[in-house]
Amino acid sequence: MTAFHEERLAKLIRALPPAPAGWVRAAQELPFARGELDEIVARAEADLAFRERLVADLEGALAAEGYERDPAVVAALRARLSSK
Amino acid sequence: MASTLTDSQLVARCRAGDQEAWSELVDRFSRYVYAIAIQAFRLPESDAEDVFQEVFARAYQHLDKLRDDSAVRPWLAQLTRRLCIDRLRASARERPVDEEELAVAEADETLALLDDALTVHEALAAAPEHCREILDRFFARDESYKTIGEALGLPSGTIASRISRCLSRLRAFLEGRSDGSGPSGEG
Repeated sequence: MTAFHEERLAKLIRALPPAPAGWVRAAQELPFARGELDEIVARAEADLAFRERLVADLEGALAAEGYERDPAVVAALRARLSSK
Repeated sequence: MASTLTDSQLVARCRAGDQEAWSELVDRFSRYVYAIAIQAFRLPESDAEDVFQEVFARAYQHLDKLRDDSAVRPWLAQLTRRLCIDRLRASARERPVDEEELAVAEADETLALLDDALTVHEALAAAPEHCREILDRFFARDESYKTIGEALGLPSGTIASRISRCLSRLRAFLEGRSDGSGPSGEG
């Protein structure tokens, strides 16, 4: 960045509006969902059929098993399953 | 309120399992990740939310693989960029390749602007609260003088001059950062 004149500063501040509060809160709560995530991943490792259902349709499989489909948890689970 | 921890210190605390640090890391980079998805790649809201959650989920999962803790910002930017491109490809398979390349090139130009914007926001985070609040409300949250005045208990007629003074302070801070000065308070 080279110039800091006020007009540019205003433009740059304006360029980063807040993300929706619900998205931020969901991402912040990931550590609290860790227990549930560990449980699902452990189950997927032990139960091949369950893992295949998760891979085929993650949200549908979670719903069918009675897990809450929180977007942050789904994303975290996707990240963990893809790294296995 | 944001702490004074450096990115590197924040990452180290996250890696040690500090939940407050994780919360702050999300807070610190949430606007950046959001803006990359919405402004640079112009993803629809639902796709942007998926990318947003996936970025932080992967970051949480792979924080221990980050070689340089101070590089968390470019790491998150690259991760977001990659996931946005995946999303574009998945949602528009019929789009010609050159059109997709053009979209990515345009996005990369916006990314440079957003990188500067994050630098300014970081400087703003170190500014006195009254400056941080008024500049963020007016420019980033697009609030009117009336709304800001009511929220901060200020006469609407003083808002413009305060914004102007705070911008000048911020400018002076950014320009003088190399000599170690910080954004000082103003009335």
